Amino acid sequence: MRGNDPMGGARYVALPYPRTTHILAYLLRRLAILILSLFIAAVILFVLLRLLPGDPANALLGVGATEAQIAAARAQVGSDQPLVVQFLAFIGNLARFDLGQSFVSKAGVLAEIGNRMSVTAPLTLLGFVVAIAIALPLGIVAGVRGDRWYGAAISVVSQLGIAIPVFWLGILIVTIFAINLKLFPSGGFPLKGWANFGEAAVAMVLPVLTVALVIAASLLRYVRSATQDVIGSDSIRTARALGSSFPEALVRHGLRNGAVPVISILGIELATTFLGAVVVEKVYALPGLGSMLLLAIQQRDYPNVQGVLFISTLLVLLIGFAADLLQRLVDPRLRGRSST
Amino acid sequence: MTALQQTLLPRRRIVSASLTAGAILVGLHVLVALLSLVWLPHDPTGMTGGRLAPPSWEHWAGTDRLGRDFFTQIMIGSRIALTVGIGAVAIGAAIGVTLGTLAAFATRLLDDALAATLDILIAFPTLLIAMLVVAASDTASLGTAILALGIALSAIVARLTRILVKRVLLMDYITAAYTSGTPWYGVVIFHVLPNVWPTLSVNFALQFGLAVIAEASLSYLGLGAPPPNASWGRLLQEAQGTVYTAPIGAIAPGLALVSLVIGVNLLADGLRDIADPTRKGGR
Repeated sequence: MRGNDPMGGARYVALPYPRTTHILAYLLRRLAILILSLFIAAVILFVLLRLLPGDPANALLGVGATEAQIAAARAQVGSDQPLVVQFLAFIGNLARFDLGQSFVSKAGVLAEIGNRMSVTAPLTLLGFVVAIAIALPLGIVAGVRGDRWYGAAISVVSQLGIAIPVFWLGILIVTIFAINLKLFPSGGFPLKGWANFGEAAVAMVLPVLTVALVIAASLLRYVRSATQDVIGSDSIRTARALGSSFPEALVRHGLRNGAVPVISILGIELATTFLGAVVVEKVYALPGLGSMLLLAIQQRDYPNVQGVLFISTLLVLLIGFAADLLQRLVDPRLRGRSST
Repeated sequence: MTALQQTLLPRRRIVSASLTAGAILVGLHVLVALLSLVWLPHDPTGMTGGRLAPPSWEHWAGTDRLGRDFFTQIMIGSRIALTVGIGAVAIGAAIGVTLGTLAAFATRLLDDALAATLDILIAFPTLLIAMLVVAASDTASLGTAILALGIALSAIVARLTRILVKRVLLMDYITAAYTSGTPWYGVVIFHVLPNVWPTLSVNFALQFGLAVIAEASLSYLGLGAPPPNASWGRLLQEAQGTVYTAPIGAIAPGLALVSLVIGVNLLADGLRDIADPTRKGGR
C-alpha cells in the first residue's frame, strides 16, 4: 500500500525493524491481556456466585431437608471445602473447559450450551449482518446528505431506535407480522431444530429482524458521524483539489479512514447483538442460550448459570480481541502503539 | 473574526429545540411520578373494572387481565423508572468518578492495571451482571436491581472519567496551579472536576436512559422487582400474552418508556450543545 500513498508514508517515523515484528509484538501483548481478562472474569464470576447469599447446595434439596442431607449435598457440590480450594478447582475446571453437569437435568453443561448455540449463534450473526446491511448505506446517506429531509429523517429514526428496548420492538413486530398479518409464527422453534430447515428458517425471520433493527439504529449513528468526520477531513479536500470527483474521493480516501472508528465499534455492537439475542429469545420463546440462562436462574442451577455466563464472557472478550486486531490491520498508524 | 463581525452575527441560541423537547418530556414524567405519590386514579391492586376492558373515560388505558387499571400502573411505572435511573446513575457516578480520577492520578503501573480491569468489567455486559446479582440474592427487589445496574454503569463512567481527567492534567493551567502551590486535592476540586463535568453530565443522561431500559428488560425477563412494583417491563411481559384481545396494554407502557428515554437523550443533546460551544448546532 505504501506505493499508493501520495505522501510516501513520510508522515510516520520510520520503523527500526520490520512492520510484521510490530504486529507480532502487538498480537502477543493483546493475547496476554485476553488471558488476563479471562482470569479476572473468572474471579468475578466466582465471587459473585459464591459470596452472595444462598448456598449452591440448596438447589439440590427440597423443602425440609435434614441436616445430614444438607451436609451430603454440600459435599457433592463442594461448597463445604474452604473457598481457596473451591476457587482453585473452579479455575482448573474452566481452564480445561470442564463446565460440569447441570444440577437439574444432569446433562453436561458444555454439550447443552453447544446445543443452544445452534439457535443463538445464527440469530446473532444473521441479525448482525442484516444490521450492517441496513446501517452502512443509511448511515453514509445521513452523513453526506444530513441537510436534506431524508438525511434528517434517518437521524430521527435512529434516535428513536436507540430508545426502544429490544423486547418491546419484538412485541410490536409479533403483534403486526404474526398476529395481525399472520405472515410468520409468533414464536417457538421446531423440536428437531435445523433438521427441519424450512420451519426453522421461517421461525428465525422475525427474531433476526428484531435484533437487526435495534442494532442498526445504534450502528447508524456511528457510521453517520464517521462519514461526517471523513467529509470534513483534509484528505478529501486535497483529493477534490487534485481533481477527484466527490464519490471517487469518498471511496478512495474516505472509506479506509472512516472504517477505523466503525470497526472498533463493530466489536462492541456484535457483543450487544449477542445480548439482544438473549432477550429476544424470550419474546419468541426460542430455545437458545438466553432461555437456558433464565431457566437456570429460576431453578438455581448453578453449573448452568456459571457455564452460560463464562462462555458469554469468553465470546464477548474474543470479539473485542478480534476487533482490536482488525483495527490495527486497517489503520497502520495504530500498529506500533499499545492498547491503552 | 473581527469584533464588528461578532456583534453583527446573531447570538447563538442557548436553548435548542432538543433541549426544550427533552425538558418537556422529562418534566412530564417527573410530574406524573410526583403525582402518583399523592393521587392515583384507581387503587393499583384492586379490581376496579372488567377484565381486559378497552380504554374508556373511567379507565384511560383500559384494564389488565385481573381488572386492574392500566393507567394507574403506568403512573407508578414512571416513579419506578425515575427511581431506577437516578439511583443507578448516582451509584455509577459516585464509584466511577472516584475510580477514574484516582486512576488518572495514579502511577503508571497502577493506572495500567486499573485501565485493564475497567476494560474487562465493561466487557462484562451490564444486563448479565444485573441478572447474576438479582439471581444470586434471594429476594429480588428494586434495590438489588438499582445496585446491580449502578455497579455495571460505574465501569463505563470510570473509563470515561479517566480519559477526560488525563487530558485535563496535560493542560498548562494545571501546571500553573501546581506551580502556584495548589495541593493535588485543590487541583482536583477547582480545576479538574469543573472541566470534565460538562462531558460527564451528558454521559450521565445517556446512562440514565440505558439504566431505565436495562431495568425494564430485567423485569420483562421476570428478574425485576416483585409484583406490587409495576415496572413497565413487567407490565409489558404480562400484556404480551393478551396482546390479541387488549393490544393497548402491550403498547402504552412501551410508549411511556420510550418517551422517557428519548426525553433524557434529547436533554443530553441539548446540554452537550451548551457545554461545548465549539460544536455546531446540528448533530
